[in-house]
Amino acid sequence: MARFIIIRLLQAFVSLIGISILIFVLVRVSGDPTDLFRTASSTEEDIVRIRANLGLDKSVPEQYWIFVKGLAQGDLGESLVKRRPVTDMIAERLPNTISLAFFSFFISMTLAFFLGVLGATKRDTFLDNGVKFIAILGQALPGFWVAIMAILVFSVYWQLLPSYGHGTPAHYVLPVATMAFFLMPGMMRLVRSGMLDVLDSEYVKLARIKGLPERVVIWKHALRNALIAPLTAAGMIFAMLITGAVVTEQVFAWPGIGRLLIESLVSRDFPIVQGITLLVAVVVLLVNLLVDILYAYVDPQIRYQHM
Amino acid sequence: MTGAVKITNGGDIRGGARRTSIFLQWTFFIPAVVLLLLVIMAIFAPVLAPYPYDQIAMSDRLMPPFFAEGGSTDHVLGTDLIGRDVLSRVIYGARISLSVALLVILITASIGTVLGIIAGYLGGRTDAFLMRFTDISLAFPAILIALLFAASIGPGYWTVVIAISLLGWAPFARLIRGEALKLREADFVAQARIIGTSPLRIMVRHIFPNIINPLIIMVTLSVGMIILTEAILSFLGAGIPPPAASWGNMVNDGRSLIDVAWWISTFPGLAIGLVVLAGNFLGDWLRDKMDPRLRQI
Repeated sequence: MARFIIIRLLQAFVSLIGISILIFVLVRVSGDPTDLFRTASSTEEDIVRIRANLGLDKSVPEQYWIFVKGLAQGDLGESLVKRRPVTDMIAERLPNTISLAFFSFFISMTLAFFLGVLGATKRDTFLDNGVKFIAILGQALPGFWVAIMAILVFSVYWQLLPSYGHGTPAHYVLPVATMAFFLMPGMMRLVRSGMLDVLDSEYVKLARIKGLPERVVIWKHALRNALIAPLTAAGMIFAMLITGAVVTEQVFAWPGIGRLLIESLVSRDFPIVQGITLLVAVVVLLVNLLVDILYAYVDPQIRYQHM
Repeated sequence: MTGAVKITNGGDIRGGARRTSIFLQWTFFIPAVVLLLLVIMAIFAPVLAPYPYDQIAMSDRLMPPFFAEGGSTDHVLGTDLIGRDVLSRVIYGARISLSVALLVILITASIGTVLGIIAGYLGGRTDAFLMRFTDISLAFPAILIALLFAASIGPGYWTVVIAISLLGWAPFARLIRGEALKLREADFVAQARIIGTSPLRIMVRHIFPNIINPLIIMVTLSVGMIILTEAILSFLGAGIPPPAASWGNMVNDGRSLIDVAWWISTFPGLAIGLVVLAGNFLGDWLRDKMDPRLRQI
């Protein structure tokens, strides 16, 4: 097990270097950021000075090295537009994204498990079909459009809820609901099909023959094993959470890092874009590392398979 | 939506044989017709659309659809802020969605199939290296890399195609590798090896023809995902730039006008939903018909 974890950690580290190079290169393919500072009166010397200030006069490998050195010290550089440390700007916005993500994650997962189990146990009933229908819609309708339609109905038409901004609990309702609607279907279908497989197994039949109440059979015996497959999808759910946050924050003008990302893309503020993408990359790698280890712990075969 | 492996529920084919078969027929027929209509719409857009997609008519701006108060049949689905016909733009939008999907599938399916067959058949270090690479690409939120790329090259048609393809090959590689791994142990492959067939020839002539079924299923299932990703990118302003009519940027155009002109965002969004729905249904149907054991994809 220790060997497995060490190998996985090394692999994650190599992946991180790969991703940091990819991000670094992609961001620099973009236009010259000094264009942002160019005014009608700026001379060639001004531009040269700006480039030197930003470290753009050095060669690309040198720039990467400076970037990595800073990274090791927790320094993501400075925003080109706001002239403030990127870490500060991200730290300011991060709590808003986390609270949004936390509530939508919690609500969607609770619903997914409950409805998934219900769908599997009451198969082909009206209830099951209804749940399936919602899941199919949730996977097909674009999240940003659902969010706009929610604004149309609840803010414009009925004027019940605020359509943008944040601060009061009411501001959470629409963003959290639309994000949960987008997150729930995938997980629900996984739980449902996992549950269907398990319900067919011998040990569930045995539990029933023993005369255990159906409630215990399903929620205690069956569900525990049905959860293994959805667990491995944690990485996927996390990726969806990021996508959901970027889109939702954009629609509802939610001051989180997703919106910061889009704002920075528009103003070509590459240190911020780089910092946020890198932050997400690190968390993605950590989540997958954790899932791998957890999975290897549950199922010893995997430890040897992937050596 | 994106960055996620498509999940579909299996187990539904365990019901009575007759009932399932009728159900399967309808889930084939309706989505197939919807997609066919869409293709026709895309090809004949200049003939079908009542107006050019970029024709501005300031006198007709913000007209509601014909069934709403103040609407007229001149502009069946209304007009936007600068008087462009929403119906015409939705029809032209099919061109962008469909052609982007087609190109991305061509690129990602080819790369994914080649890498998948190589990894699965050769095995060993090649396999380990390629699959690590694939796993990272699978785990990373595709939309983020696409955004980064689109923002650095500048928005545009080809940017979108390449941006979505950048990580889009990974699910194909994963699936095909698994299939190739199984086929490698098959008797006919072993026999080919014994008579001295070169690895390249085995991969092209013996493995590839046997992975076409899962490939077709995967292709169909990814149509919806690609169209959604294109729409998200265009919505966020990193996709197809105006004045081109992309469903994603049309929804975005209507976003700030939602309290005065609901129709600008509503109709293109419905179009996206309908196409993705049709693609997903068709993919599910094909999978249940051709290869039920693939229900994980």
